[in-house]
Amino acid sequence: MNKKPSFFESAASHVVLVLAVSFALYPVLWVVALAFSGTQTPSPRVIPVPEAPTLAHLSAVVGATRKVDGVDIWLFGRQLANSLVVSLATALVGVLIAIPTAYALARFRFAGKESGVRALLATQMFPAVASAIPLYMILNYLGLLNSRTGLVVCYASTSVPFSIFQLRAAFEAIPVDLEEAAMVDGATRFSAFVRVVLPAARPAIAVTALFAFMGAYNEFILAATLLDKEEMFTLPVMLQRFIGEYDAQWEKFAAGALVVSLPVMALFYVAQRHLVAGLTAGGVKG
Amino acid sequence: MKSTERRPFRGCWAFALLFVVVFFAPAARAEPIRLWHAQRGDEQKALEEIVARFQGERVELLALPSDAFKSKVSAAVQFGEGPDLFLDAHDKLGDYDGRKVVAPVGDALDRNAFAGPTLAAVSLHGEPYGVPITQKSIALYVNTDLVKEIPADLESIAALAEHLPAGVVPLAYYSQSTYYHAGFVHAFGGLMLTPDDQFGFVGPAAEKSLDFVLDLRAKKVVAEDTDVSVVTNLFRSGKAAFAIDGPWLATSLADAPLLHYRVAPLPHVRAAGKPLQPYLGVEAVMLTPKGATRPEVRALARLLASPEATKIRLERARTLPARIDVPLPPEDAFLAAFAEQARSSIAMPSSLAMNAVWEPSDRAIRKVLRRDALPALALSEAKRRFDDVRRPAPPPASRTPGLVVFGALLLLGAVSLVRRAKEPEFRRDVKRSLPAYAYVAHAVIAVGVLVVLPLVLGALTSLLGGSIQNLKEVGWNNYVGLHNFVQILTARGGPLLSTGSFYVVLLVTVLWTVLNVFFHVAIGVALALLLSRPMLRLRALYRVLLIIPWAVPSYVTALAWKGMFHRQFGAVTGLIQALNETFGTSLEPISWFARFSTAFAANVATNVWLGFPFMMVVTIGALTAVPDDVLEAAKVDGASRWQRLWLVTLPMIRPSLLPAVTMGAVWTFNMFNVVFLVSGGEPDGTTEILVTEAYRWAFTRNAQYGYAAAYAVLIFLLLFGRTRISDWRAERREAREKEASAAAMAKAAGGAA
Repeated sequence: MNKKPSFFESAASHVVLVLAVSFALYPVLWVVALAFSGTQTPSPRVIPVPEAPTLAHLSAVVGATRKVDGVDIWLFGRQLANSLVVSLATALVGVLIAIPTAYALARFRFAGKESGVRALLATQMFPAVASAIPLYMILNYLGLLNSRTGLVVCYASTSVPFSIFQLRAAFEAIPVDLEEAAMVDGATRFSAFVRVVLPAARPAIAVTALFAFMGAYNEFILAATLLDKEEMFTLPVMLQRFIGEYDAQWEKFAAGALVVSLPVMALFYVAQRHLVAGLTAGGVKG
Repeated sequence: MKSTERRPFRGCWAFALLFVVVFFAPAARAEPIRLWHAQRGDEQKALEEIVARFQGERVELLALPSDAFKSKVSAAVQFGEGPDLFLDAHDKLGDYDGRKVVAPVGDALDRNAFAGPTLAAVSLHGEPYGVPITQKSIALYVNTDLVKEIPADLESIAALAEHLPAGVVPLAYYSQSTYYHAGFVHAFGGLMLTPDDQFGFVGPAAEKSLDFVLDLRAKKVVAEDTDVSVVTNLFRSGKAAFAIDGPWLATSLADAPLLHYRVAPLPHVRAAGKPLQPYLGVEAVMLTPKGATRPEVRALARLLASPEATKIRLERARTLPARIDVPLPPEDAFLAAFAEQARSSIAMPSSLAMNAVWEPSDRAIRKVLRRDALPALALSEAKRRFDDVRRPAPPPASRTPGLVVFGALLLLGAVSLVRRAKEPEFRRDVKRSLPAYAYVAHAVIAVGVLVVLPLVLGALTSLLGGSIQNLKEVGWNNYVGLHNFVQILTARGGPLLSTGSFYVVLLVTVLWTVLNVFFHVAIGVALALLLSRPMLRLRALYRVLLIIPWAVPSYVTALAWKGMFHRQFGAVTGLIQALNETFGTSLEPISWFARFSTAFAANVATNVWLGFPFMMVVTIGALTAVPDDVLEAAKVDGASRWQRLWLVTLPMIRPSLLPAVTMGAVWTFNMFNVVFLVSGGEPDGTTEILVTEAYRWAFTRNAQYGYAAAYAVLIFLLLFGRTRISDWRAERREAREKEASAAAMAKAAGGAA
């Protein structure tokens, strides 16, 4: 279907992409250099390479253990698991809440729709600085403090407005004819939605879930405030512990930050598959 | 009928309750003691070892990030949760006391074991509110490979400048920080905060201290543009002969075997005739009101401060004890030096007013060191800022107008609701909407309770004035009506277009948002288009590498950017030097955070880098919805590549991008992290945006939550108004198009019903 692009063209796009990748990687390479440096001589350098390379910071971060009730637990492993479970649950719950609403907004006309959409957008405009304390009071009232469930509920509802907008746009991009054809064939509205619309919107759902995941995965203020047990903490809270009142252990922070970002990259690598499966694939299936 | 049905259930409940009481009662009696702290490394290990020796109830230790410590302890204790006791430095006592989260320590303190000044430091209202455990101050670190003898005064250190090897600076300390500068102010006989809670950093002593440091900088005695990690790295790598820092520096030097150093008390200042007198912080065990009533908690506090515990801390963490009856290890010159320094230090004020000193004085010091202002001018400006933050809370406003407006709105709402409910058309609408409501109900509940409700309550706090220490005591006394809004919009009586006024900050915020969103979208869409080219090799690899800025926690990458912009040691300066060497040019290194334009550019560069992967991923998702056949058809029709892009692809992905762009703009408008971490408002608060300003009022300017909330409400109104205007415009423009598509919509809605 597509002609093979000319050599010049693909060379040019590779050049641009390599430049973009270097722009994206350069500051991170400084973080890498910091994470593996045994010492740092302050001097203006252009190429980030670790000085006196060492794995000490990395192993100190990853090997963190703590005695809880007389038993040594692998704290890092536990917190990594917490982070993954909380973020995956957030993505799942957030997207599950958002999908039907986004669909209703894309397809139905109902009383209060316009003002509802406006209110949803409005929630994103209010800076968290003023709503943090009331949120804490409400969670306290609901008994959701000091539990990972509470954290997931919080993260998920915070991610819902954006997910709804994102998915609504995706559903609107899917031709109505697809569902109508299914409904003519005897499917109910709901089964047409599940069997036709959802598969067609898979890339958008994957992207939306990834956003919800990322939001939860890197958050630390709420996690540090809501949770009261170290073995419940997520990784960003652990990272924040390397910053003291007067001094900071930047090497460990950097090492930890790199470790923390690996699962995200792995997840993105996996999620990519869903990004390419486009509209036509869904349409054929339905 | 119903009530008789329910009765057996009631019996069930009673039984269950009884079961719960019987089953859990013994557990409730043995409630563990909860101890919260922010200690790390060896100090944490020592603490765990000490607590393990406690004979009595189980102790639950919780190690928290120091950033989150104060607010978490305060919130938890005020709502009846939280620890029984916690560890923190004495200077926060005034704050904790105002928030009612500390209580007198009672019999947990052995008064005879501590020196008078130590006890005074932890006392409030004439009563001890903390059991001291350790003391911390800064002192002089000497690189003994470079310097054999410790000079008698700072002037002699300055004189060493010529005798040191090239590239070695005589003295490194965090000169832009109030905490470190305070030693100079004290040497010249001044105080940062007067005993009657006035701003002390003005007048001759303060000016002399700044002139003195300026002189040191001019003679290249002191390293420029330092922060804590630059000082550490300079001293650690032997590039500074002396450093002024606290015991925490020694921790970072522990794994530098080639370095030889010793510690001495801070030197004299010949010009002042007195030694540098640093601030002293006393780490203490503090009891919460709940914990103070439990004898076993007080017993644990006693243990934490006991000679036994002190010995463990000395052995494990080498911290300077607060007790006077435990001898220091005789061989330990390090501890002896810090002990001597502690005796001639000044305890940090624990008054709440001290909170308002840091920001204005930091800014003044930076301004003077940048030579943007003379000391006298910068200091009087700092005093004005301090007084502004400390201005008395406005008197409570009459609640009548507010209640009348609220009542009227409620009535109006009720009337219009009733009137609409009576309309048959509306009823039909609602009835027809019921299936749709089934789709949205759970989202409405989740967002309503956890997003909208906190937001509404937060907006209501904008009607409260003054400093809100205790959330439980907020009441009508704090109600000031629209006072906060009036204050913000009139720049608190200052000139409307001065730095830090609402209008100027708004301008900066708008510029910030426009630039960021433009670059995010331009770079994100361009890369997504490249990545979506057919037959692209390494596509998956490029994609993963390009989302890295988004994947690595932004806290550390933002600081990596800040490091790259460092005037002396940053990568940008390295690049400039490399250019100079290669091409023989003579470009000057740029002092990025000394001017608004460059500091702002640094913020934007960081945020563009952080944000473009998001737009890229959204665009990749949106591009999958562009059918190939449409593009093919355009091609067949003879459309050029650009025409296909501008006339087919972009219009087709526009609807899917619009929500992300709108939200991205809103998020950027409220992007707090980057501005806070990269420029931190430098120079002189000019690069602050509205949300960082709000944050400062809430957290660094004496908990003026009402004032911060008023900023938040204004931000909200601005953004909301902005989207309403563009909605309205779009509505008018697309009115005709809508008419055409109305038929299709009606069809879909019919399907819904």
